[in-house]
Amino acid sequence: MSSLNLDAEALYADLLGGVRGLLQPRTVLVGVWSGGAWLAARLQRDLGLPGEHGVISSALHRDDFGSRGLAAGADPTRLPFDVNDTPILLVDDVLNTGRTIRAVINELYDFGRPASVALAVLVDRGGRELPIQAAYSAARIVMPRAQRLRLVRQDDGSFSFDIQAGT
Amino acid sequence: MPARQNPQLNSHGELIHLLSIEGLPLPVLQHILDTAGTFLSVNDREVKKVPLLRGKSVFNLFFENSTRTRTTFEIAAKRLSADVINLDIARSSTAKGESLLDTIANLSAMHADMFVVRHGESGAPYLIAQHCAPHVHVVNAGDGRHAHPTQGLLDMYTIRHFKQDFTRLTVAVVGDIVHSRVARSDIHALTTLGVPEIRAVGPKTLVPGDLREMGVRVCHDMTEGIRGADVIIMLRLQNERMSGAMLPSASEFAKTYGLTPEKLALAAPGAIVMHPGPINRGVEIHSSVADGQQSVILPQVTFGIAVRMAVMSIIAGNSA
Repeated sequence: MSSLNLDAEALYADLLGGVRGLLQPRTVLVGVWSGGAWLAARLQRDLGLPGEHGVISSALHRDDFGSRGLAAGADPTRLPFDVNDTPILLVDDVLNTGRTIRAVINELYDFGRPASVALAVLVDRGGRELPIQAAYSAARIVMPRAQRLRLVRQDDGSFSFDIQAGT
Repeated sequence: MPARQNPQLNSHGELIHLLSIEGLPLPVLQHILDTAGTFLSVNDREVKKVPLLRGKSVFNLFFENSTRTRTTFEIAAKRLSADVINLDIARSSTAKGESLLDTIANLSAMHADMFVVRHGESGAPYLIAQHCAPHVHVVNAGDGRHAHPTQGLLDMYTIRHFKQDFTRLTVAVVGDIVHSRVARSDIHALTTLGVPEIRAVGPKTLVPGDLREMGVRVCHDMTEGIRGADVIIMLRLQNERMSGAMLPSASEFAKTYGLTPEKLALAAPGAIVMHPGPINRGVEIHSSVADGQQSVILPQVTFGIAVRMAVMSIIAGNSA
């Protein structure tokens, strides 16, 4: 375990404010499966946005497919709106290497040409391996590369973080 | 069956070849069906292609002709961005006397990553899987009377799509079961997925009695066989496989075992009718049933592409 003490609920409140500042008139929220999808669902409700948010999976565009194979249990991408000419705000829990975001941008383009794509995350933990940056991150931290950080959603819908030492 | 003894699985229990549904653990079967669901939605995109097999070469080796199965494998591989090479083996190397393993060795030297194999001899895909390089994957597209696992899987996907829960179903497989690798694959899959009642329906000459040992109820009476069934899988009467007098005639078979609207009325309300194709209208299935509201024959074809995409992408992502 780590001595890191991340309050996911407090960071969510910050993210809510940050995302509000990024919204354009027709912006649609798209959560990256799975943690980002939970965030997008709650943001959609708390911001009172019309329509449905989207959920996007990186599974079909991952660059580690050759070594890790196809992930089991990932929900398929669900974008209940026309991607063409729509401003998209991607939402994810943790931004690390940037590879997941690269994959989901490719996935997004399989559905059309968005007007713009931006990214908001709960935690930017550094360690980038691609030129990808979030337009808003509620927290910036530095973690050892092997350590794992992921969002957990409790039964009552509230968020917490699961931090595990890597091997 | 322990993972190491099953040539389809690696030491982690992951699928590396698809040779038969027999011996596939339930989680592997469910993973294939779940993944197929993901690929089905690829059809709704502007770009109907994903890059999972980009840079890989898939060789379709059909030692027996089958335009339909070969085409669906070709579409599936192309939607995964693979390069697809179709070899009409039946008319080339083997005709010149080359052995199966020599053919495989030559094609491996052309940097094949996956072989999709249809062969008249049961077990041919196993032989290839045992002798190909560790990075090469094999999919059985039908071997003799033995197995046709992707057809079995697409049938399971179809049943799950329309009926959801396998554990409450009665499934009748009707027709020429003795010659049918589809029936064999279906029965293994239905058993693994927990279907409580599987019936094999047909004349004594076409329904092997040893099916009872697999927990299958054998019915030689059509009325008894389809009464109350939730799913009816009609098999094609395989004229080209018939040798000797196993049947008086096709019309005699049609009269007794052909699925007519009257016989379908005996099945459970909302029962679905399946058929692996190509259908013999007026023989094993009446036209009005094949085209009727309870027929899911065309959805089977659509699901078949997604299921083959799932199988190819899963095995390509696992190493020996």
